[in-house]
Amino acid sequence: MTTVSGNPIGAAVAADDAITAFERRRRELNRTKRVQAVAFGGLFLAAVVGALWLSEVSVAKFVEGFPGLVAYIHGTLPEIRTEHFVADVAEWYWGIGRWLSLLLDTVLMAFMGTLFGTAGAFLMCFPASRNLTPHGGVYVICRRLLDIARTVPELVFALIFVYAFGLGPLPGVLAIGVHSMGALGKLFSEVNENIAPGPADGVRAAGGNWFQLVRFAVVPQVLPNFASYTLLRFEINVRASSVLGFIGAGGIGQELYTVIRQFIYVDISALVALLILTVALIDITCEQLRRRLIGAQGLT
Amino acid sequence: MTTAPAHLSKAEIDACQRALPRAFSRPPVERVRMAVGWAAFAGLIAFCLWRMDFAPQRLWQGFGKLGWLLQLMWPPWHGGWPGEFSYAMLQTLAMAFLGTMLAGLAAVPLGFLGARNVVPEKFFHFGLRRLFDGIRGIDALIWALMFVNVVGLGPFAGVMAIAISDSGTLAKLFAEAIENVERRQIDGVWASGANRLQVMRFGILPQVLPVTLSHALYYFESNTRSATILGVVGAGGIGLQLADRIRVNNWDEVGFLLIMILVAVTIIDLISKIIRLRLIHAGEAPPEAPAAAH
Repeated sequence: MTTVSGNPIGAAVAADDAITAFERRRRELNRTKRVQAVAFGGLFLAAVVGALWLSEVSVAKFVEGFPGLVAYIHGTLPEIRTEHFVADVAEWYWGIGRWLSLLLDTVLMAFMGTLFGTAGAFLMCFPASRNLTPHGGVYVICRRLLDIARTVPELVFALIFVYAFGLGPLPGVLAIGVHSMGALGKLFSEVNENIAPGPADGVRAAGGNWFQLVRFAVVPQVLPNFASYTLLRFEINVRASSVLGFIGAGGIGQELYTVIRQFIYVDISALVALLILTVALIDITCEQLRRRLIGAQGLT
Repeated sequence: MTTAPAHLSKAEIDACQRALPRAFSRPPVERVRMAVGWAAFAGLIAFCLWRMDFAPQRLWQGFGKLGWLLQLMWPPWHGGWPGEFSYAMLQTLAMAFLGTMLAGLAAVPLGFLGARNVVPEKFFHFGLRRLFDGIRGIDALIWALMFVNVVGLGPFAGVMAIAISDSGTLAKLFAEAIENVERRQIDGVWASGANRLQVMRFGILPQVLPVTLSHALYYFESNTRSATILGVVGAGGIGLQLADRIRVNNWDEVGFLLIMILVAVTIIDLISKIIRLRLIHAGEAPPEAPAAAH
């Protein structure tokens, strides 16, 4: 700028140039932004129109459908009068014994499924971590297997397993287990890939083999995270296992399917309320356990 | 390493052991408690195995049959219905897309109402949050079954099921995002003389929009997965075809449909991941994905 500062007219010209360049650049940026917005908006609109057409949705259906749902939900509510409150509630929950037994099945299915899924994920996650895998080919195979298990929903697995193993909670447990293995395996291996390298280097330097490396350098670091993810998965699996009974894989779902299909209105609300309560209880318990886990980790 | 290092005498080690007993072994009370805990855990597993009829023979036969089914699935074949299958797959994607969009639209007002710093009414806040949790507690498939009763068979029931069950989740996430916004931007908008609505529009919305859009995209991914099964109860899409093919034992077509689902879900995951990364790049909010989804 030394040459320009000696010449005031030159300085003004240079400043003018700078301003026009700035303005031009700004116009260009604005234009590209507008073009992008229009293109993106157009694409989005096309997607909406296409989706509306494909899923046979129309405004008329909406206007019809929503009040229908409100009426439906209202229809399921039981008649509970304050003067015979206890008797009314008892009548509403007439099948409580059997329902609780089915609900226990649902929760136990989620528990066993999570257990199997965690065990499978634990075995698969070390070869499926980029930094720990013994061989590149093993890494790719493990990752693809986990991807497949994660991508196929548990209900699809359950459909096939019910065919192979027969009706009951067993195919449900296996379906939840396979899907959880995929979901947890991916999360676990991501945790493994973010470990501090120090302990691993230490075990390697002391001449430890692969198993010793995993056992003494990796597992102690990742276990709290694994436990937290497992608890979170258990919450998800309780929700998932509640519907596996729809296709004959045990639990409260089969009862729910029957009462919804046969329009036994009052039982629908009873079962749904029971289910919401159970899910909420399990969520709160798991949340507390998770908080304690994280707390214990933070203190050390 | 059986002998102690030369510079440590036996007495010194003993002294260490006395000073820091927990570094060498757990106290007996704790050991007993752990043993009881593990025994209870093993007992629970044994009870489950018994209750659910995990007989070795049943498992053996089941796995044998499963292997046989896998053999039947190979090579996968479209059974002469490639057009039908593609249409069903597109319908599934459309259901997931519309359902997530509707849920996202509903979540904006609901999220504002459910945020403690927007509506500082304790009981209202508690009640609305529990309502979100209740909606969330019911799986989309249950909603779909009910909607099939209300609006009839077809993909519309699936759209509504996804929209309702996810509006609870998205509203909760949106409300939490609003509760965590930066206070200073809101103060700035207040100070320039804005009314309540303008504060929401210019003080809160720009902060939470990138995070929420990324959540919505994440749920679109997960809904693509859930939408593939809604057809099982008659709510349209690829699930209907899949359940039908299993019912009539056309396992090569089942294999084909499974591969279609795998490919479609993988493509959606990739696209959504790219868009999410760009969104997060644009906004400065951290890319924390809700791990609670599928």
